Amino acid sequence: MTPTRKRRLTAVLVIIIGVGIAATIAFRALNENMLFFVSPSDVKAQNLPAGKRFRLGGLVAENSLSRADDSLAITFVVTDGPGSVNVSFDGILPDLFREGQGIIAIGELKPDGHFKATEVLAKHDEEYMPPEVADALEKSGHPMSGKQKSGKGQ
Amino acid sequence: MTVELGQITLLAALLCALCLGMFPLAGAAFGNRRLMSVASSAALLQCFLVALAFIILTSAFINQDFSVEYVARNSNSLLPMGYRFSAVWSAHEGSLLLWQLILSLWIAAVALFSKTLPEYYRARVLGILGLISVGFLLFIIFTSNPFGRLLPAAQEGLDLNPLLQDPGLIIHPPMLYMGYVGLSVPFAFAVAALLGGKVDSDFVRWSRPWTHVAWAFLTVGVALGSWWAYYELGWGGWWFWDPVENASFMPWLVATALIHSQAVTEKRGAFGNWTLLLAISAFSLSLLGTFLVRSGVLTSVHAFASDPTRGVFILVYLGVVVGGSLTLFAIKAPKMIQGGGFTGASRETMLLTNNLVLTVMAAMVLLGTLYPLLIDALNLGKISVGPPYFGLLFSWLLVPLVVALPIGMFSHWKQDKLNRIAGKLRWPLVVAILFGVLTLILEREVSWISAIGVAGGAWVIGGSLFYLGQVIGQNKALKLPANVIAMTLAHIGLGIFLVGLSLTSSISTEKHLRMVAGDQFEGAGYVFEFLGTTVVNGPNYIADQGEFVISKDGQEIARLFPQKRSYAQGGNSMTEAAIDPGFTRDLYVSLGEPLDDQGVAWAVAIYHKPFIRWVWLGALFMMTGGLVAAGDKRYRRKKVAAPSVNATRTAKA
Repeated sequence: MTPTRKRRLTAVLVIIIGVGIAATIAFRALNENMLFFVSPSDVKAQNLPAGKRFRLGGLVAENSLSRADDSLAITFVVTDGPGSVNVSFDGILPDLFREGQGIIAIGELKPDGHFKATEVLAKHDEEYMPPEVADALEKSGHPMSGKQKSGKGQ
Repeated sequence: MTVELGQITLLAALLCALCLGMFPLAGAAFGNRRLMSVASSAALLQCFLVALAFIILTSAFINQDFSVEYVARNSNSLLPMGYRFSAVWSAHEGSLLLWQLILSLWIAAVALFSKTLPEYYRARVLGILGLISVGFLLFIIFTSNPFGRLLPAAQEGLDLNPLLQDPGLIIHPPMLYMGYVGLSVPFAFAVAALLGGKVDSDFVRWSRPWTHVAWAFLTVGVALGSWWAYYELGWGGWWFWDPVENASFMPWLVATALIHSQAVTEKRGAFGNWTLLLAISAFSLSLLGTFLVRSGVLTSVHAFASDPTRGVFILVYLGVVVGGSLTLFAIKAPKMIQGGGFTGASRETMLLTNNLVLTVMAAMVLLGTLYPLLIDALNLGKISVGPPYFGLLFSWLLVPLVVALPIGMFSHWKQDKLNRIAGKLRWPLVVAILFGVLTLILEREVSWISAIGVAGGAWVIGGSLFYLGQVIGQNKALKLPANVIAMTLAHIGLGIFLVGLSLTSSISTEKHLRMVAGDQFEGAGYVFEFLGTTVVNGPNYIADQGEFVISKDGQEIARLFPQKRSYAQGGNSMTEAAIDPGFTRDLYVSLGEPLDDQGVAWAVAIYHKPFIRWVWLGALFMMTGGLVAAGDKRYRRKKVAAPSVNATRTAKA
C-alpha cells in the first residue's frame, strides 16, 4: 500500500468507527428519552406499569379541578370520553389550562393508579388543539373532536 | 380595491420570477448574451413588485381593513400600532410573504453586487434564485393567499395571538428569515458552479461573503428566538428542543460547517465537493424547516397551520429542490477538481473535525426531530423525544469541537508539528484549567460537567486571544487582517456561549410557590417580598399586576411587576414575566394563577438564572464576527481583477 492509500484507509476506518459509535449512542439515547403518547382509554386498556414515563393527553373533565389550600398541589381528571384518569400535579399550570380544554401531561402512573404529572402543557391559543389529542378524541368518538376542527369559522 | 392590487402585484412578480428563472439559464446554456442580460432587470423588478405587495398587506393592517380575511383573523381595532406591523407576519400567509420579500431582497442584492462575476456564472446564479422564487410565489398564490376577502366583512378582528404581541416578535422573524433565506445564495452559487462544471477557489471566494452575512443573520435570528422564548413564555427556559427551534438550528449547524469548509476550499483547494454538498444541505434544511413548520406535521407551538395541501406542495417543492440539486451533484461532482493533500497535524485536519462534528450534530437533531414522524408513519404509536436526548448528545459532541478549535487556530495549513502547536497552546491550557478550578471553588453548587464546560469556554476564549496576540506580534503594524478579527470574535462568542450555557444550566434555581401579600421567600441570597396585586389597564388587555421587592443583605435592589394579562378579544390570558437582568445573573418572577376567589393568594414562580445573558451575548459576538468576515476587503479587491477572468471565460465560450 502506498502512503496515500494507507492514510485514506485510516481515514475511512476512523470515519466508520466514529459514525458507528455515534449511531449507537444516538439510538440508545433516543430510546431512553422517547415518550409515548397515551390516551386515557389506552391507559385502562393497556394496563401500563407504574413508574414508566409517558405523555397523557385528553380533555380536562368539567368540575374535576381541586386545589390544596396551602400549596400548589392540584388534582384533576383527564378524559377522552370512554376513559378517564386522575392526575395530580404540583406547580404552576399553563395559561390556557382550563376545564374542558385539551392538554398534555407528562409524568408516570403511581401504584394507586393515579397519574403524577411533572409537566403540563396546554395549547397556545384558543384555536389550537394538540394534534395527538385531536386524533385520540376522534378515535374514541368524543364529540369535541368535530367541534374543535370546524368550530372556529367566523 | 387595494388588496386586489396586491394579488395582481404578486402575479406580476411571478411572471418576473419566471423570466428570471428561465431566460438567463437558457442564455447560459446556448451562449445567448441578450437572454442572460435579462437577469438584472427581472431581479430588480421582481423585488419591487413583491415589496409593493408586502406594503399593500401592511397598509391593510395599519388601516384595520377587516374585510381582508387574514387581517380580520390576526388583528383587532385595539391593537397598538407597533404590533400592526408585526401582525403582518404573525401567521402563515403573511410570514410566507415575508419569506418571499426577503428572498427577493437577497436576489436583488446579488443582482446589484455581482456585476464583476463572470457573465455565464452570474446568469446561472440569478436564474437558480429565480427558480426558487417561482416555487415560493406559486405556493403563496395557490395555497396561502394573504389577500383573500371576507364576505361580509368582519366588524371586528379576532386579535393577534397575545404571545406574539411583543417587541421580540417584531424583529425575530425578519432576522431569522434573513438567515434562512440567505442560505439560498450559497446554494445558488454552488448549483451554478455545478452547472458550469467548474468548482475552484474562485467560486468559493465569491460565495463566502454571502454565506457569512446569511450565517450572521441566522445566528442572531436563532438567538432572538431563544431570548423571546425566555422572557415571553414565562417559564425561565431559553431552549426547549422544540421541533421548530430544531428547524432553525439544523441549518445553522450546517451553515457553520459550510463557512469553515469554504475556508479550506478557498485557501487550499481541498474539500471542494464537500463544500458544495454543505451549501446544498444548508438550504435544503432551511426548506425542510419551512415544511415542518408550515405543514403542521409536528407538534409544536409554531404549528398553527395544518393544511394538507400546503404540506404536499412544500413536500413536492422540497423534493424538486433537494432531489434536483443532489442529482446534479452526483452527476457533476466527481469531475470536479481535487485539492492539495495534508497531514494529520494541520489546520485542515482540525477543520475536518469541526465539519464532522457539526454535521453529526445536525444529523442527531434531524433524527430526534423526525423520529416521531417515522414512528407515527409506521403506526408504532405517537411519541415525542425529550430534551435529555439532545442534551446528552450535545454535551458529548461539543467535546471534540471545543478541543479542536484552538488547536486549529494555531496550526499551519498543510503540514505542522504537534510539538510546535502544543508549545503554543500551553498558556490557553493553563487558563482553561485555572477557570475550571476557580468555578469549582467559587460555586459550590456547580456540577463537574459544568466546570468542564467553563474550562472549555476559557480554553476557546484564551486560545483566541493568544492567537490574536501572536498575529499582532508578527505584523508590527496595527492593521489586523479582517479575517483574523472575524475569526477571533466569533470564536470568543462561542466561548462566552459555552460559559453561559454551563453555568446557567447547572446553578440556576427555580421555585414555584403559593404566596399571599406580605409573604417573603428567600433563595440564592435574595429576599423576594410579594406586596400584592393591582389591576392595570393596557391598550387591549386588563392585567393583574403583582409587585415584588427584591433585596439582598437588607438593601432593596429591584422592584418587579409581573403581570397576568387577559386580552379583550379572544379571551386569552397570558403570563408576562418581570425580569431584573444582570451581567452575571437574572432575577425572574412570573405570576401563575390566582389560587382563591378573592385573588389574594397567587401561584408564583421565582427564578435565579446566573450567566443566562452570556448565552445571547455569545451569539452577538458570533454575529459580529460573521459581519466582519463578510466586510473583508480581500473579497472586494478581487473585483478589480475580475474583468479579466470574465474576458477569458467569454472568450472560451
